[in-house]
Amino acid sequence: MLIAEENQGIGEKTNMGTRTLAGGVLSDREDVTRNPIKIFTRELDMYYGAVRALQGITAEIKERAVTALIGPSGCGKSTFLRTLNRMNDTIPGARIEGTVMIDGVNIYGADVNVAALRRMVGMVFQKQNPFPKSIFDNVAYGPRLHGITDKAVLEHMVEESLKKSAIWDEVKDRLDTSAMQLSGGQQQRLCIARVLAVGPEIILMDEPASALDPLSTAKIEELIHQLRKNYTIVIVTHNMQQAARVSDFTAYFYMGSLVEFGETKTIFTNPTKKETEDYITGRFG
Amino acid sequence: MSEALLLTLPKLTSQRVRWSEILSDVLVRFFALIPLSALGFIMYMIIRKGAGTITWSFLSQMPLNGMTEGGIFPCIFGTLAITLLMILMALPLGVAAAIYLTEFAGRGFFFRVIRAAVNNLAGVPSIVFGLFGVGFFILFVGRSFDHVLKTGMLFGQPCMLWAAATLAVLVLPVIIVSTEEALNAVPQSQRSASLALGATKWQTIWHVVLPQARGGILTGAILSISRGAGETAPILFTGCAYFLPRLPVVHLFGVIPIVNPFDQFMELSYHIFIMATQSLDAVKTLPIQYGTTLVLISLTFFLNFTAIIFRIHFRKKMGMVSV
Ligand SMILES: Nc1ncnc2c1ncn2[C@@H]1O[C@H](COP(=O)(O)OP(=O)(O)O)[C@@H](O)[C@H]1O
Ligand SMILES: [Mg+2]
Repeated sequence: MLIAEENQGIGEKTNMGTRTLAGGVLSDREDVTRNPIKIFTRELDMYYGAVRALQGITAEIKERAVTALIGPSGCGKSTFLRTLNRMNDTIPGARIEGTVMIDGVNIYGADVNVAALRRMVGMVFQKQNPFPKSIFDNVAYGPRLHGITDKAVLEHMVEESLKKSAIWDEVKDRLDTSAMQLSGGQQQRLCIARVLAVGPEIILMDEPASALDPLSTAKIEELIHQLRKNYTIVIVTHNMQQAARVSDFTAYFYMGSLVEFGETKTIFTNPTKKETEDYITGRFG
Repeated sequence: MSEALLLTLPKLTSQRVRWSEILSDVLVRFFALIPLSALGFIMYMIIRKGAGTITWSFLSQMPLNGMTEGGIFPCIFGTLAITLLMILMALPLGVAAAIYLTEFAGRGFFFRVIRAAVNNLAGVPSIVFGLFGVGFFILFVGRSFDHVLKTGMLFGQPCMLWAAATLAVLVLPVIIVSTEEALNAVPQSQRSASLALGATKWQTIWHVVLPQARGGILTGAILSISRGAGETAPILFTGCAYFLPRLPVVHLFGVIPIVNPFDQFMELSYHIFIMATQSLDAVKTLPIQYGTTLVLISLTFFLNFTAIIFRIHFRKKMGMVSV
């Protein structure tokens, strides 16, 4: 009954965009479906010790687009995200089977430099985690690691990164003060600036706004919209409306499996699988 | 409170609970007073009898007349020199061990063996360290050096180097445990942030973990210094001297004076010990004994106090609320 009602709404474009099953609307945005594939996983299994956390994930993630990962808690979203920059390597007992290709290179290949991979695939965490250093030193941390010592170059990189992450105006007069004095939302945008400073092509975000107030969340969403033009973004989110607002593609995970993966407007208005629909309409999860 | 509620309270039992509470309260306060009054009494005695002795010449002169007169400068010098040498050896070793234990070792068999060893080391009586110092550092390491390097008896005899090394082993558990605590207090999310930016594990330890653990490590280092500075037994056989008519100093290139780690040395706590037990005139030297004790205790207090200040300062800097 509900489906029938909602289905009548599909395609009926309002000024605001398309209404979704989860409530809210999809914003109109340019078509990215023909963008090249940036990340490709094939038959990806991931284990914590004997426990299998991911089962046979095969997915293609498009370049310069936002892909949202949704699904109930514990279904493996964060785990999948961490396989893309090999942060799972730091967890004792974690191992993978299958392949993850980025730009056609198997990132689990023997000759892959993990540090270089993580520079290319940046990560923003659920809980903002700035270093207890100055705002400047936070952003300059990555460039300095990778050998940049020239003060003018560093200053330029810091400014650019802070501008790109839409926080420059708020902090430009106090770059020397501790990052710990910023608000939660500012800290999270600083963490994004810190990632941008190492020059990534892909940015992984694990529920980047879940600890923030609505206003800060809106700023992060706006920022994601800006970054999408130049970066490939994979974002985990608990918030269905947020997924609908920010993403071009949506992947629905359930108990370690990828149930459905497609364009956000399809997933949110006319999903193929019953489970997906149950989840995004809030009947389950 | 309403009448009805008051009536429902069982009066008798509540009264009994109160009495036992008051009793235990008084007892606990009394027991807490024991160490406090003991400390107070000791401090009072030492200050009353020692303060008069403390003059500039007492602090800056050599002992005179068979150590029944004069000052204790060589003892102060020796104590400072040996603790400095001790911490130079113990700190890098202890911090390295703690880094290994927290950042690299798994939680397997080897880790548990090392942990147990560290804990047991902390419980060994200090005289045992003294004997260990003689057996291991002087007779084994020192003699072997002499044998291999053909240096005669340079290494194979009691000297400041081996006394400091023995003290270093003694304070190692303090440094390891406090450093481990400091490292574990650095949130995992800080390590993740660094690693995810493409830092290696060592870069992460060096640029993120150690700076945040610095306060805790320094506090541990200072506490270990104050522990080591008061110890007599470990240096008894390994290098300290009853009396030395000169400072353990050697002139580098004939001009630059530096501490000579191959010489013996005088030391405050040992000086008190021999003045009290083996002096030519133990009664006449009582003021010297109290004065020396006051100097030693002041030094230890000063170090502990510095450690506390450090801890407060770094906790504030890390943005932690409680101190
Ligand atoms: N470090 C870990 N060690 C062991 N099991 C883990 C670890 N992290 C996650 N898991 C398990 O893997 C599964 C997926 O977790 P996760 O990827 O965090 O889910 P999500 O992000 O979708 O909530 C869960 O069952 C969780 O208990
Ligand atoms: Mg998660």
